[in-house]
Amino acid sequence: MRRHGTKLHGIVAEFDSPEAIIAAANAARAAGYKRMDSYTPFPVHGLSEAMGFRSFVVPFTFFFGAVLGGLAGLALEWYVSVADYPINVGGKPLFSLGSFVPPAYECVILFSALIGTIGMFAFNGLPKPYHPIFGAPGFERASQDRFFLCLEADDEMVEEDATSKFLQGLRPLSISVVEDEE
Amino acid sequence: MMADKEGLGGHDPLIGGQQTFQSLDNTIASVVQDQKRHSNKPWMATTFIAFIFVNILMVSVGWLVYQGIGIWGNNVPAGWAFDIINFVWWIGIGHAGTLISAILLLLRQQWRNSINRFSEAMTIFAVMCAAMFPLFHTGRPWVAFYWLLPYPNIMGVWPQFRSPLIWDVFAVSTYFTVSLVFWLVGLVPDFGTLRDRAEKVAMKRFWAILAMGWRGSQKHWHRYEQAYLILAGISTPLVLSVHSIVSLDFAVSIVPGWNTAVFPPYFVAGAVFAGFAMVLLLAIPIRAIYGLKDLITMRHIDWCAKIMLTTGLIVFFGYMLEVYYGWYSGEIPETRVMLWRFFGPYKYLYWLLILCNGVIPQLMWSPKARRHIPTVWFVCLVVSLGMWLERFVIIPMSLTINYLPASDRMYYPTLWDFGMFTGTIGFFVFMMFLFVRFLPTINMFEMKDLLHTLSHGKARKVAVGAKGGR
Repeated sequence: MRRHGTKLHGIVAEFDSPEAIIAAANAARAAGYKRMDSYTPFPVHGLSEAMGFRSFVVPFTFFFGAVLGGLAGLALEWYVSVADYPINVGGKPLFSLGSFVPPAYECVILFSALIGTIGMFAFNGLPKPYHPIFGAPGFERASQDRFFLCLEADDEMVEEDATSKFLQGLRPLSISVVEDEE
Repeated sequence: MMADKEGLGGHDPLIGGQQTFQSLDNTIASVVQDQKRHSNKPWMATTFIAFIFVNILMVSVGWLVYQGIGIWGNNVPAGWAFDIINFVWWIGIGHAGTLISAILLLLRQQWRNSINRFSEAMTIFAVMCAAMFPLFHTGRPWVAFYWLLPYPNIMGVWPQFRSPLIWDVFAVSTYFTVSLVFWLVGLVPDFGTLRDRAEKVAMKRFWAILAMGWRGSQKHWHRYEQAYLILAGISTPLVLSVHSIVSLDFAVSIVPGWNTAVFPPYFVAGAVFAGFAMVLLLAIPIRAIYGLKDLITMRHIDWCAKIMLTTGLIVFFGYMLEVYYGWYSGEIPETRVMLWRFFGPYKYLYWLLILCNGVIPQLMWSPKARRHIPTVWFVCLVVSLGMWLERFVIIPMSLTINYLPASDRMYYPTLWDFGMFTGTIGFFVFMMFLFVRFLPTINMFEMKDLLHTLSHGKARKVAVGAKGGR
């Protein structure tokens, strides 16, 4: 039974290789589990597909940053050289597009990198000092050499005893029940 | 274990020894977490000497700000000298970092994984050193910002966007920011590992704050890899643009010897050349001191040396083209600059440049020499000197004789020029050694990924590192 004031976050199984966790994620999905996450020391290729996770929001964030940067750069140059302080330099046009490309180009890259990176962390919900998964026993090895699969409790299929039994069948190193504060 | 024992067959492993995820972590993280490893003599001695030069830098800058840039040797017609030589030299050194971390990532060169963190740090510190020179060349940097950066100032004036010098400000500041972002993004998962390995509560908290709650969720890794790959993708044209723009500072002007179309590619090749030399110059001692020979193997050194040789040949081709343009232009001032380089009073520097960048790097053709560590280190030292001389040949040598013979005037650096230059070298080494001591020098999660990929024999098919190989 759970301590007072806590609720189930999920059931966690610990594996010792990338292959094992991909197999486990595939099996869990085949069994009908939908809400899951895995925690690994490095990006395991093929695991996102096994979990059924897709996301394309980050590339679009970078693209948005790039477009914004280019427009901002050109707008700045137009404002400075045409609107606010027009000055004739060697008979060149006030809006000297050729010369204005390099700074605008640097703005494309700057805005794209900053907005994209901040966006990546934001979509990941970081910084986030507390997360219930940190309570899983031995979880400090998730950043070193162990691979954890968590079937999350907001999936209605997750039920403490049945899910534990299911995970046991995947031959993990250990299984633990992770709780969250109410 | 050590690759050179296996002869010259070129089958050295990318990761030596019997390694597990745990042993990789131990090798890399213990450099940070077991601070006793640094009480050895090499770390202390190098950092101490470097710190002396940091002080020389501070004195040089202090006196410069107090007295004005008259303490330097540059004066009309050589308005640019050590300040711009050193600026270009440092920026060039920084470029290898981005090349290794971004371009080699896009080309799926897995051998970059063990040297990318290190060379990205090098980029950041080199760009810091570079930025000091033009900033202090303005004499009073805090009042010069109005023509460097577009901000609404009390005089109502703006930077001149038609000038390559402003392109330069945008390029270098963007380059620094993006390099820093790239570096920090790469560090976050490793901060998580350090947090989980730390034993003392205070250290755990410290790393936890830096890790921002990184928990290795695959959903996070998924977006992280996308972001990392795109960052590499946009850093690649960035790094090419930065040194091209630096070269346009010269090429757009009408100074004889500068006004040539070959400058952008020639500068970019020179940057990579100098940068790889600096990577090896630092990586060779550090891998020896900290027992990282299984991670930075002979194969890495061999390949870095090959890139150095290739880019060195491009640079040397640039020297030949310069001479050709000087002759083919049919302009007397252009020809005069070339003859001045060959036979003028600075001729020793020119021929030393040819020796350093043209002749000595040819040693790297020999596989034996590429695997003989002292030879490689010596060649790198010579290349670093040669690239500095190249900028001397380009900048003050062209400025001292110009269109009007009556205004020809020799340039001689002063002690303060050398003070600030050697000071930035000290600052660079100082920062690098602090970095080695306090941050993970090698990317831990990418090495684990590489180990996993290699041990499953699909190294050729699957992209390695933190990148989205599908």
